[in-house]
Amino acid sequence: MGSQLRGEADRVVLDAPGVHRALARIAHEIVERNKGVEGLGLVGIRSRGDFLARRLQDEIAKLEGERVPFGAMDVTLYRDDITRGADHHLVQITEIPWEVDGKTILLVDDVLFTGRTVRAALDALMDFGRPRTIQLAVLVDRGHRELPIRADYVGKNLPTQRAEKVRVRLQESDGIDEVAILPAVHAIGNGGAGLKRATGQARAERARRA
Amino acid sequence: MLFARPHLIGLEGLSAEEITFLLDTAESFKEVSEREIKKVPALRGRTVVNLFFEGSTRTRTSFEIAAKRLSADTVSLSAQASSASKGETLTDTARNLAAMGPDAIVVRHPSSGAPDLLARHVDCPIINAGDGAHEHPTQALLDLLTIREHKGQIAGLTVAIVGDLLHSRVARSNLFGLLTMGAKVRFVGPPTLVPRQFADLGAELVCDLHEGLKGVDVIMMLRIQRERMNGRYFSSLDEYSRLYCLSADAVARAKSDVIILHPGPMNRGVEISSTVADGPYSVIMDQVTNGVAVRMAVLYVLVGRRKAALDDAAADDGPAIDAAVRPLALAELPAKRAATGE
Repeated sequence: MGSQLRGEADRVVLDAPGVHRALARIAHEIVERNKGVEGLGLVGIRSRGDFLARRLQDEIAKLEGERVPFGAMDVTLYRDDITRGADHHLVQITEIPWEVDGKTILLVDDVLFTGRTVRAALDALMDFGRPRTIQLAVLVDRGHRELPIRADYVGKNLPTQRAEKVRVRLQESDGIDEVAILPAVHAIGNGGAGLKRATGQARAERARRA
Repeated sequence: MLFARPHLIGLEGLSAEEITFLLDTAESFKEVSEREIKKVPALRGRTVVNLFFEGSTRTRTSFEIAAKRLSADTVSLSAQASSASKGETLTDTARNLAAMGPDAIVVRHPSSGAPDLLARHVDCPIINAGDGAHEHPTQALLDLLTIREHKGQIAGLTVAIVGDLLHSRVARSNLFGLLTMGAKVRFVGPPTLVPRQFADLGAELVCDLHEGLKGVDVIMMLRIQRERMNGRYFSSLDEYSRLYCLSADAVARAKSDVIILHPGPMNRGVEISSTVADGPYSVIMDQVTNGVAVRMAVLYVLVGRRKAALDDAAADDGPAIDAAVRPLALAELPAKRAATGE
């Protein structure tokens, strides 16, 4: 997926070892800041945040010898722009099979951009209980926030232009670990493309059929 | 596009991909009903009208709960309370409702084709909650979901649908859905209630109950619809139940891991014995639970998309969307689900 769409202008900013190093560092920071893993729980935001949370679970286990509880969340139903994707995007299962009350929840996502996904995730999480604190870990922070949200742990700060796309690909879903910046024009129909473009495409398709 | 239709009138004509998409979505929604706070803000600010021209407890409650768990506002109208009793035509009722700007109308009507007629007169999604002897798509979807949950998949199964097939919209919707998903369907009942023409739709017709249940994976019982029987279809209820009531003895003809479904309401002792209805093979309560999830999925997919279309028309250049929400290509789905099942 995506490889045939790859143009010369794609700029790879993190390769597989880079992704691994970033996650290993974040794991260290998490353990350091929380003075261990007592009361910690990882929640990944689907899709891809869940894979990253799994990897952090492994990295933390290497350091502390303990597997912290893992959960995954699909926050589509909590989004403010939710309904744009209703027919494009399969809502996936949310599973947090442990009590979140009193826990330190580590929310994990791949890209921090406008902050709207994180806002939705915070709302969703609150419906599951009352965590003691919530921290945010992201693989890439690309800026352009629209809400007062910041990450506690960042794999890589990536200055981008608003119209550019950041494409995160992970072994688990895409067969390769890589973060790349794509000019907007290359992003059509691609795994890392924003929904906006896909909606436009769908609209064109509808118009063509009519 | 995974589900691009504006309405849900029936399962006839839906592709296996479209049905699978609705079932997968419903599966994700089941979890919401297991939370302590059984509500997500997905359809906040949307209005769903339940328009019921025919009695119903289960379906109507199920739709109402589904809409409420998605945070939609619901309005329920029944035939007695509506202007239909004052002589207003169906299309006029619908036009008046549409003028109030609902985001979806769920309709049940004693006449086949009523939802389809409505769909041509209003511009919001119409969801068929049962029309005459035509279709009852959400019932069939919840049956398919229940079967898939218990059997892993639908393709390759043999399903016996037993009883009053002539009057049954549930049977028709299930027939279309099951055949599309690759199952074999057997219609079992007295010839007066199983017209020969049904063979043209792709079902195998069997008259004898014990014969019909031989080796099946799923038994779907239908209610004897006394209210629709204006002719003589069998000599007495007594005789019917002697020949077609699902007893433990009859169940023994099916596979040993058979599951038994009934869309409700049950006539205990007429088409199904209490031993069987409450027995270990019965998945009837699962059907009811799945009903809410399926209706949440249908409302979400239909109402959600409508909002998207309006948004796009209104503001062509809205704020860009976080990279975390991505369209999923159909080809990606199996891998995705496998990944979540770890």
